Amino acid sequence: MSTVSPGFTGRRRSGDDLPPGQYLTHDFPVLSAGPTPHIQPEHWEFTVANEAGETIRWDWKAFTSLPSEKITKDLHCVTRWSKLGTEWRGVSLDVLLADVETAADFVMVHSYGGYTTNLPLEDLLDGQAWVAYEYDGEPLHPEHGGPARLLVPHLYLWKSAKWVRGMILSDTEDLGFWETAGYHEYGDPWKEQRYAGD
Amino acid sequence: MERTAIRRRLTWQVGTVTEVRDETASARTVVLEVPDWPGHLPGQHLDVRLTAEDGYRASRSYSIASAWTGTTIELTVEQVPDGEVSPYLVDVLKVGDPLEVRGPVGGWFVWKPEQEGPIQLIGGGSGVVPLMAMLRAHAANESTQQARLLYSVRKPASVIYVHDLKEVAASEDVEITFAYTREAPPGETRPPARVDAELLKSVTFPPEDQPTVYVCGPTPFVETVADLLVEAGHDPARVRTERFGPTGGPR
Repeated sequence: MSTVSPGFTGRRRSGDDLPPGQYLTHDFPVLSAGPTPHIQPEHWEFTVANEAGETIRWDWKAFTSLPSEKITKDLHCVTRWSKLGTEWRGVSLDVLLADVETAADFVMVHSYGGYTTNLPLEDLLDGQAWVAYEYDGEPLHPEHGGPARLLVPHLYLWKSAKWVRGMILSDTEDLGFWETAGYHEYGDPWKEQRYAGD
Repeated sequence: MERTAIRRRLTWQVGTVTEVRDETASARTVVLEVPDWPGHLPGQHLDVRLTAEDGYRASRSYSIASAWTGTTIELTVEQVPDGEVSPYLVDVLKVGDPLEVRGPVGGWFVWKPEQEGPIQLIGGGSGVVPLMAMLRAHAANESTQQARLLYSVRKPASVIYVHDLKEVAASEDVEITFAYTREAPPGETRPPARVDAELLKSVTFPPEDQPTVYVCGPTPFVETVADLLVEAGHDPARVRTERFGPTGGPR
């Protein structure tokens, strides 16, 4: 079905390198559901709990001592902006999950401030996800999720939880904050999985 | 952050423009008739999709300005300089034209009539749009919850919904305060200034009244106001935000 909009010519802002329905921006918009939490690194910790409730914990010093990577990735926000070639430093989830005993298929990510988002565990492994703490060579600003945020660039950006504090592995898939508010449970930008049922 | 929401599949629907109204020099309200509109909560948004003759498409999200009244919905669009979709909606779209929409979307930045406690709305510029939907729903539901709107705007000529706001302000349950940032109207006692801690303290519900606070506007405005609210003692879990536009701050 196609309904032509009389008099609309468009600006051809999307391109072949962008997922469907996205447009390019050079700014870095901020979208959050509530006030920005301001977490001091000395009060920050990151935990991973497996389905048996066994928990591994890192404070800021231990976390930033882990092997980290510089990563350059494109970001795609469900509100339709895409930003290409963003540069981050972070710890791969492969490192964080290396010593976790699990047979779980799903993860619930938790943030300072109460935000949650759900992902399949396999989307966090094999060099697909990081907990990032630097952006453009600078400590990550609170507005963009600092001290540290999850970065899962192959999914819409709401999956890359800001102010991340931990994750809980689970045999069952529960839904996170935006996933219970009408957004897609998986969120693949290339399949345009924006809203529930897409 | 616990809540329930309806999960169902959203499809594109063709609406027809039945009326357009200029609100300000740069903002326009578009009234649409959407035959299969499923209804919406005040504060929700929808996606608009434009299609050029050659099949090229562009979509953006816009807040719904109207309370739910059957199959008629209203959008108010502020023209973004150098924008791709908003200039068409503000300058080109005319009565009788089709407009594809998909929605409603969003289950967080919404007001439900059954909600307990006072409602504190704080809008910056066109951030007033979803808040207007809430005030209209408040009136339509004959809600007796106390509601206050603090509307930050550059100058009197920039005020969207001048007449509608006067109408809803006539209710004894609703109080509206304008904060002019560049140019105040004659007789305004507060000199032009941005929203600050002092103004919030004097015209918004205090934290002990446990209001649900809705803040919508450009990112720097929302960031500043939300920080001030938390500093003043409001529970961050009761402050709901919707930000738009460039960051204006650090990238």
